[in-house]
Amino acid sequence: MNIHEFQAKGMFRDSGIRVQDGVHCTSVDQALSAYDLLGSEIVAVKSQIHAGGRGKGKLYSLDSGNLVMEGGVKIAFSRGEVESYASSILGHRLVTKQTGPSGKIVKNLYVESGCEIEHEYYLALLVDREKGTLLIMASTEGGVDIEEVAESNPESIHKIWTDPIGDLNASDASNLGKALGLDGQTLSGFCDMISNLVSLFVEKDCSMIEVNPLVRTSDGEMLALDAKLSFDENASFRHPWRADLRDLSEESEVEVRANEHGLSYVDLDGNIGCLVNGAGLAMATMDVIKLYGGEPANFLDIGGGADSDSITAAFGIILEDQRLEGILVNIFGGIIRCDMVARSIIAASEETELHVPLVVRFSGTNHQEGREILESSDLNVETVSTLAEAGEAIVGVIGRSNK
Amino acid sequence: MSIWINESTKVLVQGITGSQGKFHSTRMVDYGTEIVGGVTPGKGGQVVKLPSRAIPVFDTMLEAVSSTGAEASVIYVPARFAAAAIIEAADAFHGGKNGRGLVICITEGIPILDMVRANSHIEKMPGVRLIGPNCPGIISPGDSGGCKIGIMPGYIHSKGRIGIISKSGTLTYEAVAQTMSVGEGQTTCVGIGGDPVNGTGFIDCLSAFEQDPDTAAVVMIGEIGGNAEEEAASWAKDNFTKPLVGFVAGATAPPGKRMGHAGAIISGGKGTAEEKFSAFQEAGIYIARDPSKIGEALLRALVDAGLREP
Repeated sequence: MNIHEFQAKGMFRDSGIRVQDGVHCTSVDQALSAYDLLGSEIVAVKSQIHAGGRGKGKLYSLDSGNLVMEGGVKIAFSRGEVESYASSILGHRLVTKQTGPSGKIVKNLYVESGCEIEHEYYLALLVDREKGTLLIMASTEGGVDIEEVAESNPESIHKIWTDPIGDLNASDASNLGKALGLDGQTLSGFCDMISNLVSLFVEKDCSMIEVNPLVRTSDGEMLALDAKLSFDENASFRHPWRADLRDLSEESEVEVRANEHGLSYVDLDGNIGCLVNGAGLAMATMDVIKLYGGEPANFLDIGGGADSDSITAAFGIILEDQRLEGILVNIFGGIIRCDMVARSIIAASEETELHVPLVVRFSGTNHQEGREILESSDLNVETVSTLAEAGEAIVGVIGRSNK
Repeated sequence: MSIWINESTKVLVQGITGSQGKFHSTRMVDYGTEIVGGVTPGKGGQVVKLPSRAIPVFDTMLEAVSSTGAEASVIYVPARFAAAAIIEAADAFHGGKNGRGLVICITEGIPILDMVRANSHIEKMPGVRLIGPNCPGIISPGDSGGCKIGIMPGYIHSKGRIGIISKSGTLTYEAVAQTMSVGEGQTTCVGIGGDPVNGTGFIDCLSAFEQDPDTAAVVMIGEIGGNAEEEAASWAKDNFTKPLVGFVAGATAPPGKRMGHAGAIISGGKGTAEEKFSAFQEAGIYIARDPSKIGEALLRALVDAGLREP
């Protein structure tokens, strides 16, 4: 789960991590009052969306599709500029490297006091999967894409690891700061900051915190100029307050809906819908479709606890896709029985119009009964027993229907 | 033979009185697994009646291990309590008579920092091995029945000479079915789980299969995310002498999207299927780019090694 920059900065402020003063706004008027309130001549006017690359993004009009402004983060030197930037941002579509071509409509704005930047750094905290512990990563090259830095200048990236149970080792933290060339008050400011960030990460069950850029100001302060924070959703049960920070308009509506039915769904660009039990098998099913010359329309894992209702919901979601030309169901029965899935498919076809050909592969528990149920039904369905047959059948059936 | 478990392994079930625990305990006993007890705090002294056997319930793992001499424990408790259950099991085995034990955690959805804490706790216990979480478990088919600790359908397996290691549940069953379709059974199948932080990894399994005289070849099923597959490939290149077949799920997965499993995500362009396949290829591993051809790749590997007639 991701949150907006202004929300992350609120959490930073509460945790004693230095950020500039700023105000969250949803209208141009609010942006102007924010400017008056902050009393800073120079302010940053920042689009708030759950995607990176905002600064280099482009804003387009929703109606005409025309370019409105280049750059989703602007430095304003006057009240007039705040007004102009805020009106060019709010209600427009921001397209960045990370949003995809459809972009995101900007509904939130953050107006923040400016500061004198001496140098920009990069700082991130995340769980290192291989070491199974918390990784703190910093670079002297901030304000740019860290993946690019990792390619072009890997020696500028420095790492330390810390056990989330104990305290951050003070000399590790200090060495990380020294590796960035910090000293004196600036170094101790940096050490305090990462110690506070580790506490925040652990207390709030984060999965990632990224500060890019982290800046050193002309008076030697270390300041989080940007803040990106994601939570580990598996820990949401112990953080009910997260519900207030969630912005559902930033999430894929269909993925959220699928989740409510216990389904794991990811939308893709192809025309073959997939319905599979198990995440690994669901990915493998997509891979097979591609290898046999087709294009998967989605990833869909119905999970181990699927029942007739969730399978009906899954069919409904797959069938919403306008590009859909066929559906491949791939079930390896274990806890889930193929006969139950077969009955659910028939029930789903009665509720939603099944307007595309269907290929069903059953293997494992009660696969024979499952096949018999489908074969004796009125459905337009081809049943197969292996993964290879499934790939051939679904791609073949679509090829035929296109001729 | 097999790795880590066999037909006489004594198994405890943590969460045996819950619906999942009871359901799977019944199936494990039916398969031939030697379940000697269950643990549910507050329900010690009760008996869980399975169709074929009555299983005593204990309040704590410590009591259960000392009363039954169990060597393994399988965890079917909800995600919010699972890491504590892992730690309790590890402590009980570590402090037990021989200081050894196998902990298998099936539970999906454990907070990642809980797993970091559980792992760092277990690290200090050389005799304790954790499999999972978010996995189907481990199974070693026997001559009749066998030892099944987990949720996999037992009947699709058959005793043989192939080891299987996988991050996924149903995709492991797919691999099992394909080894069967080319006439090969299994020594042991280990589901290591799809979480970003887990216990036993590919290398631990490969190393155990290397030592096991009855395992002739291994099938390794990875998926996108992290670099466990790359590390396993580089280890196998120098240390694994048996034929090895590899598949990686998720070649068609878009970057930055979590594909069902918490760990299955390409982040910052890293953890792609292509990188993993290349690492496999570089290490001389037989690769099946097509998951419907895992069986064929295994057959090719066995023939090349002189273990099967062409």
